[in-house]
Amino acid sequence: MIAMKLSFDVLRKSGPFIIGAVLVIVMALLPMLNIVIPGVLPGPTYQPGSLALLSLCMVYAAMALSYNLLLGTSGLLSFGHALYFGAGAYGLGILLSRTGLPFWVSTGVGLVGGLALALLSGAVALRTVGIAFAMVTLAFAQTGSLFVSRSSSLTGGEDGITVNTMNVPAAFVGILNTKNLYWLALVVLVLVYLVALWVDKSRLGHVAAATRENELRLRVLGLRPFTTKLIVFAIAGLMAAAAGMVYLLLQSGVGPKAVNYDLTVTILVMVVLGGVGYRWGAIVGGFVYTLLDQRLTALAQSDAVDSLPAFLRVPLSQPHFLLGIVFILIVMFSGGGIAGTVDSRIRRRDWRRAAEAALPRAGGDESVARPRLRP
Amino acid sequence: MSSVVLVLITGLGVGALYFLVASGLSLIYGLMNVLNFAHGAFIALGALIGWEVAEHTDAASWWSFLLSLVVGAVVGAAFAAFTELVLIRPLYQRHIEQVLVTVGLSFAAIALFDGIWGQDLHSVKGPAWLDEVTVVAGAHIANIFWVLIVAAVLVLGGLSLFLRKTRYGKIIRAGVENRAMVTALGIDVRRAFTLVFSIGGAAAGLGGVLAMHYMTGVTPEIGSSLLIFAFIVIIIGGTESLVGTAVASVIVAVLQQFANTYLWGTGDFIAIVLLPIVLLLRPSGLFGKRA
Amino acid sequence: MSAATPILEVEHLSASIAGQQVVEDVSFTVPRSGVTALLGRNGVGKTSTLRGILGLIQRRGIVKFAGERIDTMQTYRIVQKGIGYVPEEREVFSKLSVAENLELAERQKNPHREFVARLFPDLVQRRDQQAGTLSGGQQQMVSVARALLNDNQLLLVDEPTKGLAPKIVNEVADALAAASKTVPILLVEQNLEVVRRLADRVVVIVGGRVAHVGDAAATLDDADLVRRLLGVHVGDSAHGGIAPARNAGEGAEGGQHA
Ligand SMILES: Nc1ncnc2c1ncn2[C@@H]1O[C@H](COP(=O)(O)OP(=O)(O)O)[C@@H](O)[C@H]1O
Ligand SMILES: [Mg+2]
Repeated sequence: MIAMKLSFDVLRKSGPFIIGAVLVIVMALLPMLNIVIPGVLPGPTYQPGSLALLSLCMVYAAMALSYNLLLGTSGLLSFGHALYFGAGAYGLGILLSRTGLPFWVSTGVGLVGGLALALLSGAVALRTVGIAFAMVTLAFAQTGSLFVSRSSSLTGGEDGITVNTMNVPAAFVGILNTKNLYWLALVVLVLVYLVALWVDKSRLGHVAAATRENELRLRVLGLRPFTTKLIVFAIAGLMAAAAGMVYLLLQSGVGPKAVNYDLTVTILVMVVLGGVGYRWGAIVGGFVYTLLDQRLTALAQSDAVDSLPAFLRVPLSQPHFLLGIVFILIVMFSGGGIAGTVDSRIRRRDWRRAAEAALPRAGGDESVARPRLRP
Repeated sequence: MSSVVLVLITGLGVGALYFLVASGLSLIYGLMNVLNFAHGAFIALGALIGWEVAEHTDAASWWSFLLSLVVGAVVGAAFAAFTELVLIRPLYQRHIEQVLVTVGLSFAAIALFDGIWGQDLHSVKGPAWLDEVTVVAGAHIANIFWVLIVAAVLVLGGLSLFLRKTRYGKIIRAGVENRAMVTALGIDVRRAFTLVFSIGGAAAGLGGVLAMHYMTGVTPEIGSSLLIFAFIVIIIGGTESLVGTAVASVIVAVLQQFANTYLWGTGDFIAIVLLPIVLLLRPSGLFGKRA
Repeated sequence: MSAATPILEVEHLSASIAGQQVVEDVSFTVPRSGVTALLGRNGVGKTSTLRGILGLIQRRGIVKFAGERIDTMQTYRIVQKGIGYVPEEREVFSKLSVAENLELAERQKNPHREFVARLFPDLVQRRDQQAGTLSGGQQQMVSVARALLNDNQLLLVDEPTKGLAPKIVNEVADALAAASKTVPILLVEQNLEVVRRLADRVVVIVGGRVAHVGDAAATLDDADLVRRLLGVHVGDSAHGGIAPARNAGEGAEGGQHA
């Protein structure tokens, strides 16, 4: 019986790692495969259309992972995370068109810029807590958004900017090279995931999580919640900037929507959909949201919906309406989102198996601390 | 001289609009600790329905104008009451979730409005007098500004009377200070929640219709742009009193108009930058009544 | 007489604030008449027990009021059953006038306005003054008055004399004594003189549990017991001169933090 429990534990510990590794390998091979997933992807996986959509999923998944570091790990409700995404996208775009800097140097400068912006704004915003923090981050993002739409000479105003392909490596230019951009997005996603994993497992993440639960106690213990939160905030901003850069290359340009409050809300919806506090949940949330958004948009334009009476057609033709409703339902009825639901299923099944094997229930296993949305 | 008068009076008018939107937001936050992100959707619905009223009646007549104001307020109140009963109440005392639900609602509602009305500007042409100007000390003031100011003064007066004189008004004032103690006196404070949401929704709907006339048109986005200024106003004015909200509305709007006129159109920037500055000077926020 | 069922029965009550358990496992009853004093050192959970009974903080366990379970009810319903509450920090609505404070507390058609006016003539004079501008003693009177306006079946009174001048302490004690003729009171009080004057029974909490229940006078006379349970030194004189409990209590708290 002990052997059973042991192998079971090993499987449980290494299971996620094996699944993750297999998934990454499969994802990496997709551009070379001819897989058709009707209803999900517009065509076979090797085609640029499908690859572009999957790349977009990965960009948003990376973005959601970075947001989960704020909301999930540290309990910070930010309404300005789009700022760093926009900074990455616009920063790289402007560097490429305005300076003669080589591509990778521009990327580096852009990342450093994003990090600096996050450090600066975070240092200010983190002086506040709760709703005030949400407001300050919102104000910063709104300032960025205003700046982008007003200073049209630099940012192209409402039209946005297109990538100056002169300075971009040929491998990342053109529809035929979509698969390279796809791999780039995959690499960035994996890197972002590893950093998020490292943060969560490190002392930094533990202190951040403890801050989430009870800031006062940490102060009493002589720990510095501010510094911890700032570092996590900056890392999340850096990740968002990286995601924004891939977005720029993928879309061959960027518009003011990338700095918008709406984008932050979209990311928030992804994270809640996937399950706040779950890294894999954030990834799933990013994928599910992006795919749903695309598919629902396609559905909205289909004849089937077009022939419906207006009271059905109008709501069905608005993907954001449906996604907003799903989001509300998740917040109201299952705080855990997709990952939270799956996780509690697995726990329950494990528990039943353990009980069937007549093993005493592992104490406290069920109550593994998950960040609730509650403060 | 005349341009200073112009800035002051238009600032007062825009401030009146901010007040209409912010008054409800401030009452809701003060009593329930819910920062209502769906307020923009209340504004938008009021404005869009007000536009429908104008479309289906003789928009240039005063009675049509008044009818659109009334209908806008009623629709805003109904939408807000629905929001409180169906979405906020089940999440009693879970403030973060309540905020998230209002975020989701605004996301969904505005998409729905896009579906119904489209994203294009629907223009409106109200009574001709609104477009005319009155000259004050050499400044040409569009008459819509007077309407905005009068509406805000009426709402401020009406709400103040309600808060001072009625039992529910007193419950709301007491609840803003100490909600738990209100329940400990045997009062079901949740009824006051619904009421406050409805009042806020009515003011938002009214503000939406007026904003539509001010901008001579409406899109489903009309509320989102007003909402951020309403946030700024309640952060600066605090949630302690409506007069504070009113004063903050005027300060923010006058400052904004001033910067737009004299500082190369930087009004929006300056108004938004006020927000972190104020919050930093008062780290717990003017929001934080008592920690 | 009607000692049949106690007015309040608390069984295995635990309560928590922000996820932290502050009352562990408290059981006691309050009879239908007289004053029951709930005693214990600072921070032992007396206030939290009262707030748990009222559902103002998260609680588990059984609470029966007049034989009826109230432990899953919402606060306003519990209060409507006939409970008056005088909170530790008075919690008057500082932006409202005295009259408005009292008005909000009225739950019945004919509130006992005359009774309250007779007890606290000061408040009548100051009816239009903002409650926040009253002195501490006057605020306490507003807080007590709110609980006396209705026909309650039980009063929960939390440290009503805390921080008050001796003269006011007496006034508040007089008011409670008058009230206790018609309504049972569960009283949290650090001033043992006041306890001695008002209370019939005492319930003492130590370490989150009830450690002692007994007759008030007999318990207070047992200096050794009092010191053990409350950490308070009863005065050296055999005549029951009790050292000001407040100082002793605060001393104990200071000691804990040091
Ligand atoms: N708001 C709060 N948050 C966390 N702990 C609290 C809070 N209020 C009281 N406590 C803790 O609960 C315990 C009991 O407090 P309380 O019921 O006020 O004790 P008493 O009234 O007996 O002095 C104390 O240890 C106190 O530190
Ligand atoms: Mg106490």
